[in-house]
Amino acid sequence: MTELPPFQQLIDEHAGVVMGVLRGAVGGSDAEDCFQETFISALRAYPKLHDAGNLRGWLITIAHRKAIDHHRARGRRPLPVAEVKEVAVSDPEPGDGVWALVDGLPPKQRAAVTLRYASDLPHAEIAAALGCSPEAARRSLHEGLKRLRKEMA
Amino acid sequence: MRASLNRLAERAANEGLLDVAYTSADSPFGTLLLATTPRGLVRVGLPNQDDEALLAELAARVSPRVLEAAAPLDDARRELDLYFEGKLTEFDLPLDWRLSKDFRRRVLRAIARIPYGQTRSYTEMARSAGNERAVRAAGSACGSNPLPLVVPCHRVLRSGGALGGYGGGLPMKEGLLRLEGVLNA
Repeated sequence: MTELPPFQQLIDEHAGVVMGVLRGAVGGSDAEDCFQETFISALRAYPKLHDAGNLRGWLITIAHRKAIDHHRARGRRPLPVAEVKEVAVSDPEPGDGVWALVDGLPPKQRAAVTLRYASDLPHAEIAAALGCSPEAARRSLHEGLKRLRKEMA
Repeated sequence: MRASLNRLAERAANEGLLDVAYTSADSPFGTLLLATTPRGLVRVGLPNQDDEALLAELAARVSPRVLEAAAPLDDARRELDLYFEGKLTEFDLPLDWRLSKDFRRRVLRAIARIPYGQTRSYTEMARSAGNERAVRAAGSACGSNPLPLVVPCHRVLRSGGALGGYGGGLPMKEGLLRLEGVLNA
């Protein structure tokens, strides 16, 4: 078990990335609220975190939960992300419906899908955030999309 | 981003999630690092000490919820400013003693009672803490003082009057003793 660094260090090193991810996921005007929620949640859970190995990925995963909560709260408001249509091969419900299904995916797949389509991160960045190889990231993304297509069919 | 982070620190404090707040403070000897818990001042870092190591130690020994936040340290900074201007001779700050234990803590509590402008020997401090023969242990208690300046270990000298050591370096110890009028300016 790696010793946890002072929480301020996470803020100094990753606040910019988290804010960027949230701007991509919920848009600039709501990113600030989600940013606060993300870091408060992280701070609350931090002392009990067992693995300090990939703190950036951990923060980004929390940010995604907050972005999904946000979208859910906003109901059917469309997402400010063009590529999300790629998921919608079989004409599913817009907005909230897709994200509810995304939220039901296993954690790795869910993170890969949101990182790719809500935050618009390239495969290499997704891999870094998840702490896995780009190959594994691509596989999680692929599996996640396959499952979504099946559930929406 | 600055405003965002200030809001975060404030909210963390309101929700009881700010276990250790720290900030830096100017002094005539260089930049100090001040850290507080909700109980009180817990750590003062001297200019020659490594901030990063000090914060890592707080994360390990107190809580990893360590955030930079100036407001919780306003009183400590104000009192230290006045002290360095020679306008304050006794600190009135709540202290959190948790970083020192047992005999060391007793030595440090005894040091905290040495009046401004006076000095004591390591032997006297060992006696005040209940073990006159533990002079060396009293010396190492001074050396490991987590709250220098506020717990004035610079007022403890060798029995013959020699300066002894100081975590912030001997020139700082001399400077503080000059400020308090113990040594001639």
